[in-house]
Amino acid sequence: MDEATTPVLEIEDLRVSFATGDGTVDAVNGLSLSLEPGGTLAIVGESGSGKSQTAFAVMGLLARNGTATGIVRLQGRDVLTMPEAALNRVRAETVAMVFQDPMTSLNPYMRVGEQMAEVLVLHEGLSKREALARSAAMLDAVRIPDAKGRLRQYPHEFSGGMRQRVMIAMALLCRPALLIADEPTTALDVTVQAQIMDLLADVRSEFGTALLLITHDMGLVAETCERTIVMYGGRVMEQGRTIDVFADPTHPYTRGLLDAVPRLDGDEGELRAIPGEPPDMANLPHGCPFTPRCPLAMDRCGTVQPPLEPCGPLLRACHAPPEAVA
Amino acid sequence: MTAFVVRRLLIAIPTILFLIVLTFTLMELAPGSPFDSERGVPQYVLDNLEAKYGLDRPAWQRLGLYVWNLATDFDFGPSFTYRDRTVNDVIAQGFPITLTYGLLSGLVAMAVGIPLGITAAIKHNTWLDTLAVGFSIGASVLPNFVMAPILVLVFTLWLGWLPGGGWNGGQWNYLILPVVALATSYMASIARLTRSSMLEVLNAPFIRTARAKGLPMRRVILRHALKPAMLPVISYLGPTFAFLLTGSVLIDMFFSTGGIGQFFVAAALGRDYAIIMGVTVLYGVIVVALNLLVDLLYAWIDPKIRYG
Repeated sequence: MDEATTPVLEIEDLRVSFATGDGTVDAVNGLSLSLEPGGTLAIVGESGSGKSQTAFAVMGLLARNGTATGIVRLQGRDVLTMPEAALNRVRAETVAMVFQDPMTSLNPYMRVGEQMAEVLVLHEGLSKREALARSAAMLDAVRIPDAKGRLRQYPHEFSGGMRQRVMIAMALLCRPALLIADEPTTALDVTVQAQIMDLLADVRSEFGTALLLITHDMGLVAETCERTIVMYGGRVMEQGRTIDVFADPTHPYTRGLLDAVPRLDGDEGELRAIPGEPPDMANLPHGCPFTPRCPLAMDRCGTVQPPLEPCGPLLRACHAPPEAVA
Repeated sequence: MTAFVVRRLLIAIPTILFLIVLTFTLMELAPGSPFDSERGVPQYVLDNLEAKYGLDRPAWQRLGLYVWNLATDFDFGPSFTYRDRTVNDVIAQGFPITLTYGLLSGLVAMAVGIPLGITAAIKHNTWLDTLAVGFSIGASVLPNFVMAPILVLVFTLWLGWLPGGGWNGGQWNYLILPVVALATSYMASIARLTRSSMLEVLNAPFIRTARAKGLPMRRVILRHALKPAMLPVISYLGPTFAFLLTGSVLIDMFFSTGGIGQFFVAAALGRDYAIIMGVTVLYGVIVVALNLLVDLLYAWIDPKIRYG
């Protein structure tokens, strides 16, 4: 396959588990997806759904007690079996990541310029001077004013939104084919959130980068991503084109998520939250993890995991008939 | 920054003055005199002695005179027990010895403790970590007064490899035992402090960012984790070095090094006011200087700290 058609990211039956004091905790249970070059995909879910662990597994950044099995291919190369040295080349060059909290994700003890330049020095063998020039150009590209002067500053001299811009610029330095953004706007003010999402859309079209967006915010998904995967308790509940997921969800969890989005049009009165608590990953039910909170739960839901099956344009994992989800 | 250093040095003056007044008061309050002895010395002899050393004057005059001599001539005055020697002489003789093995002990403790702590943190929860933690706990329960006799027993009496005491101009084989005895427990504390602080830093989000950039682990540790991990270690090293440089009384006594600690103890027992005061002031100056150094190192490491 040539590079144009090879998916930039392919995941087959990914499972991530953690060895803890209370036994093994399964964070991700059989996730499969494929993302074409330049494409956009969102993984949506609340805390504990396994969405961030999926991202960390792709980056090879799982915590020490974590193991990932299955296949994760970046531009056709399996990263799970890759030796550390090869993985270090893939990081930044093929895949880069923007993290949730820009306040703590930059090294507070190093100048921003140093942190950016070291990526280019390491991966592209540039001299310090060239690397700094390229870094300044990249800060410029993410619309940070006075980029050159900013290189000499430390992260605490930047606002939250500016720091996230720096993170994005740093991630794009080596022009990776895939950018993973893990809740990139959660820690930011609402007005800044919109700016950052606009910026992500712009740099994506400018650099042709594919985007894997990890979020709990259905609003972001609708604006940004062509396709959506809804996860709960480490399992895929529903997946398909974003437009189909939003127009006609076939899974009670997706329905619940959409209902929980505040709307400005219409007068629906109260905000409808999904009842219950996020799942306790150490004590999941044998069947569908959403069972305890599901309005359509039946007896076998708690014991038999529904398979992920096609349903119209979507894939869904639910025992209840799709007509019941309205 | 310069303004900060100047201000700190100016603050040091009242600090040292306070130290002098406090020490002086305590010595005044303690019963006894340098010329007390078992033999009945005639009263007129005592009077003459007191007159010679100025002890017949009121306390405030003696304090004032002491501070004046110190400030103008850097003169700590004559010793009360060593005839014909001033406190300056005693310090000049003992302090270099103490400084030598104290500094060496501190360097050894750092050179072993910091890498040990880093290794344990990187190899967290492996046999190497367990070994390092076990070793440092073992070492920290062996204070120098326990280490010293053990070392002498093994390396002097059993193996006969190293001299068990003396100084001999600071020849290397005379240095090893006192340095090891003094350094061991500090080395252990530094190792444990480094390990826990490094573990904390390695869990920081910015370390994850560094790894996501594809930096090799070695570079992540050296470039990103080491500086912040050293902050708590540096605050520990300040007072520790102050203690080490002023020497250990026990090491001085046990190994008969001729260091300042020996004089200090003898002076306290013999009521040699001048030596007690002189050594105390010396210790005070060292503590103040090292604390300043720690503050400056902090500012160098952490860009959020800026002294104006």
